[in-house]
Amino acid sequence: MAPLDFLADYLPILVMLFIAFFIAIAMVTASFIVGKSKPDSAKLSAYECGFDAFDDARHKFDVRFYLVAILFIIFDLEIAFLFPWAVSLGDIGLFGFWSMVIFLGVLTIGLIYEWNKGALDWE
Amino acid sequence: MMMELWNLYGMQTLMMLLHMVVLLVSVLLGVAYLSYFERKIMGAMQMRQGPNTVGPFGLLQPFADALKLISKETIIPSQSNRAVFVLAPIVFTTLALLAWSVIPVNAQWVLADINVGILFLFAVSSMSVYGVIMAGWASNSKYAFLGGMRSASQMVSYEVSMGLVIVTVILCVGSMNLSDIVTAPRPWWMQILLFPMLIIFLVSILAETNRAPFDLPEGESELSGGFMVEYSAATFVLFFLSEYANMILMSAITVVLFLGGWLPPFGIEALSIVPGVIWFVLKICLILFFFVWCRATFPRYRYDQLMRLGWKIFLPFSLLWVVVVAGTLIMMDAVP
Repeated sequence: MAPLDFLADYLPILVMLFIAFFIAIAMVTASFIVGKSKPDSAKLSAYECGFDAFDDARHKFDVRFYLVAILFIIFDLEIAFLFPWAVSLGDIGLFGFWSMVIFLGVLTIGLIYEWNKGALDWE
Repeated sequence: MMMELWNLYGMQTLMMLLHMVVLLVSVLLGVAYLSYFERKIMGAMQMRQGPNTVGPFGLLQPFADALKLISKETIIPSQSNRAVFVLAPIVFTTLALLAWSVIPVNAQWVLADINVGILFLFAVSSMSVYGVIMAGWASNSKYAFLGGMRSASQMVSYEVSMGLVIVTVILCVGSMNLSDIVTAPRPWWMQILLFPMLIIFLVSILAETNRAPFDLPEGESELSGGFMVEYSAATFVLFFLSEYANMILMSAITVVLFLGGWLPPFGIEALSIVPGVIWFVLKICLILFFFVWCRATFPRYRYDQLMRLGWKIFLPFSLLWVVVVAGTLIMMDAVP
């Protein structure tokens, strides 16, 4: 197998990407052409139950959303390690198994710490 | 010379394009009729008719809806970031349709038979968070903003347990290729071992697609549509379409991972006279019925309950279960 042959498997995905993108663009464009457009300032203002918008929507928000994002990065990285491990467990055997148990154990300690700190609580 | 080129690539390319068109048309038709059946089933569950005016039994309702929405006025709020506002639904739709390219609908019947299929699906479904957060941010509306934040954090929370569930399946199968995952033999004890993971996966896909009872980002009664509150006409159609396409996609992933894809149910050989595609579609319909059933049955979760379920119950349990499954496989000497 030539070194780049496996890339041919991905060609349909690339073509599909373009087709999907084209369909989406075509729909938006069609609507711009077909639909009437009679904008006025009330219609174009942000929706706030009929009131004029009080102020800009981009103000402070709960720091917990950041916390969730950070936690997600840690655990998603862990999953990124687990994928190749899961495929090759047959080859690495008991040694690989215990290595991953220790790795997961370390992460679990982190999770317990977060839990006790209350990072997972939303009130 | 031209003939040679044609023989080498022409036929192949033509088949590929034909395959794509068939796939995309079936997905789009699937979306249209999923919305119809959702309304019909919910109607039946609430002792009412559901759509019944446009066409026989209301069967043309989805097309009427689509035509109506496309011919509406596209509103781009004056305070919004216009480019990102329009780009968000396009990105969302592109990703929702792109993921379909690796789903095997029958033996040897898959557009892109890549060896890391499930990883590709996982990556693409993760990226749909971008569409949501772009929409929520670019709208510059408080409802949209809150909906976007909620949706993004909910999606990433449940993605973690989804990832761990996928890892347990890969452990049992030993391959990331979706066709291999379907055809790999699974003894009865492996099925029992994977059953809790199926439950977690089913709940996680509800949260991942922002469906009831986890529809907080879109809760009509509190956020009046969430991140898509400012969208109208085709941009709204795109969001609607890709959410439903994502629902079908998630059902397809569940079927591939747990329900044996295109194989006849319960391994009954006599049933294999029915083509595999039919079984695949029927199994998807089963999961989709579960989606609708949940929506008609359960009240909405609170946000703290949602986060607690994801981080404090599903995550520790599925972490533990990865170790249990790996340990059992090693003990039974059944690691593939």
